[in-house]
Amino acid sequence: MNTLISSTGNDLDSGFDLRFGRAGWFCLLNEETGETTFFENENKDASHGAGTKAAEKVVELGADRVISGDFGPRAKELLEKFNIQMVLLTDDSKSIADIIDTIK
Amino acid sequence: MPRRKRMRKVVAPPGFRGYKPYGSRHGQKEHVDLHYEEYEAIKLADYDLMNHLEASRLMGVSRATFARVYESARRKIARALVETREIRSVFGHAILDQSWFVCNECQARFNIPHNHVGRHCPICKGKNIHSIKEQL
Repeated sequence: MNTLISSTGNDLDSGFDLRFGRAGWFCLLNEETGETTFFENENKDASHGAGTKAAEKVVELGADRVISGDFGPRAKELLEKFNIQMVLLTDDSKSIADIIDTIK
Repeated sequence: MPRRKRMRKVVAPPGFRGYKPYGSRHGQKEHVDLHYEEYEAIKLADYDLMNHLEASRLMGVSRATFARVYESARRKIARALVETREIRSVFGHAILDQSWFVCNECQARFNIPHNHVGRHCPICKGKNIHSIKEQL
């Protein structure tokens, strides 16, 4: 099972990003091996369609679950279509490492 | 950053993707986006004939917010009728009732897609979850 977490930076100590489409980075976690990979979000400053592009990225990376603060209507629709689980957390004081610890 | 919008609960999404005027002499105009929660507000208030307080509880928002959503819905429909615009139903800030859950342990909100097995919280793995509908 692969989980994607929206992140403000590219290491485990960086904070969780409440935004999905406009998050700085995405952390892909392989739950079996515990391995993490960071991907920069190249669409974070896009004038429109950032959420949709991010959702496409999720599909492309083969994630089964996305953890973020909120999803826009179009990203939501797309993720629903691909049967990707969306998880909404409201606490942005946590780091990526904290979140990974809780889901283990 | 503006304050984030609370999710509005919607029991069932509208059964249409849009409405189009016909017999109009004017050409195609920009459409009006009717959000799911606005459709739900119209349905609860004018079809199910609930008062705003009951309806707001059902949608998980305050009475004042419900009134705002309802007003926005009426204005959009009026605008579409008067200006002969097409109405499209779009997702908006809705969460659909059945598929969304809240974990009682860690307050995470999540959905469970069809192909996922087990009803537990994806964050803390707790089984103590409830669907947003049961919260009422």
